[in-house]
Amino acid sequence: MDPYVLKTLNEERRARRAAVLVTDLGDGRDRIVREGDHVAGDLGAAIANTFRTGNSQSVEAEGRTFFLNAHLPRPRLVVIGAVHISQALAPMAKIAGYPLEIIDPRTAFATPERFPDVALHAEWPQDVLKRAPLDSYTALAAVTHDPKIDDFALKAAIDARCFYVGALGSRKTHAKRVERLLALGAGADQIARIHAPIGLDIGAASPAEIAVAILAQTIHAFRSRGLEAKGAVA
Amino acid sequence: MDESIYLDEARDPLIIAEGWMKDGKDVAIATVVETWGSAPRPVGSHLVIDAEGNFHGSVSGGCVEGAVVTEAMDVIGSGKARMLEFGVADETAWQVGLSCGGRIKVYVERLG
Repeated sequence: MDPYVLKTLNEERRARRAAVLVTDLGDGRDRIVREGDHVAGDLGAAIANTFRTGNSQSVEAEGRTFFLNAHLPRPRLVVIGAVHISQALAPMAKIAGYPLEIIDPRTAFATPERFPDVALHAEWPQDVLKRAPLDSYTALAAVTHDPKIDDFALKAAIDARCFYVGALGSRKTHAKRVERLLALGAGADQIARIHAPIGLDIGAASPAEIAVAILAQTIHAFRSRGLEAKGAVA
Repeated sequence: MDESIYLDEARDPLIIAEGWMKDGKDVAIATVVETWGSAPRPVGSHLVIDAEGNFHGSVSGGCVEGAVVTEAMDVIGSGKARMLEFGVADETAWQVGLSCGGRIKVYVERLG
C-alpha cells in the first residue's frame, strides 16, 4: 500500500467522508476514489455499487482483478424532540445499526428516566450541532411540532446535505414550515428534500408505528443514496 | 458492540499502521479480500503487522492470525505482496485452525 494513500484514506475516515480504496491485486497499485468521483466502465459501476451498499468486494474489470474496500462513515440518526415517538425509535434504531442521538431543550421531556441508554442532549439544537455538526452520513428527524426547536435543525440538515431529513406534521403544518424555511434563506429544491409528512406511508397510527415508518424511510434513503439522480428510484 | 460514529483510534488497524509508519517502522497490511461459507470476519477486515511481529486487528477472529503474521514478516522483507488462502479444504489451513468451516482469501502487502 502506498503510504500517502493510507494517510489520505485515514484523513477521509476521520472526517466522516466516504471513500473506496481500489487495489489492483495484480500489481498492488492502489488509489482512493471519493464519493461522486467519476470512474468509467465496469470498474466505475462496481465502485458506485460499493459506495451504495458499503460491501467491500473483489471485481474483475478490464481484464484485471481489483479489490474495492468500502470505507463508509457510520450513519447516525439525530432526532429533534424527546417525545413519545422518539422513545419507540431509540431502541429500534439501535437494533437496525443506526446510532441515535436525541436533542430537546425541554428538560421535562429530555430526561434519562424517559430515555435510558440513549445519547440525550437537553439543550437547544443550535448548541449541540455547533459541537457535533451534521454531515451527509447523518439523518435528521424533527418531531417536536415546535418551530422554535425544529426549524433551525431542519435548515442545518438541508445545508449539511443530510442523507435524510424528515419533519413531523400534517401537510398544512408543513406548508407553513416551508414558508418559514424560505424566509430563513433555504432554496425551494432544498426544502423539497424534506420528507413531510414524515415516514414511509404504511398507515402508521401509534407513536411506535410512526417510529417504524421513520426508521424504514431512513434506511431507504441511506440505501438509495445517489440513485435518485439516475431515476433508478421512484 | 461499538456504537460510536467516530473512529476508535486506539484500536483501528489502519490508524495504528499509519502511526507505526510515522515511527519509522516497517509495516505489512493484511486484508480479507474474499470469503466463502461461514467466515468469521467480513471482506475488507484488516490485520496490520510490524517487523517485530506485533499486530492489531483481525482477519479471522483468531483462527489464522499466526500464519498471516509469519507470512507478513516475509512480505516486509521482500516487499512482494502475497495472496493467502485458508480453508477446511486445505491441509495447512486445518492445522493452523480455520475449523469454523469457512474459507478466506487474505492479501498481504507491505506499506511503502
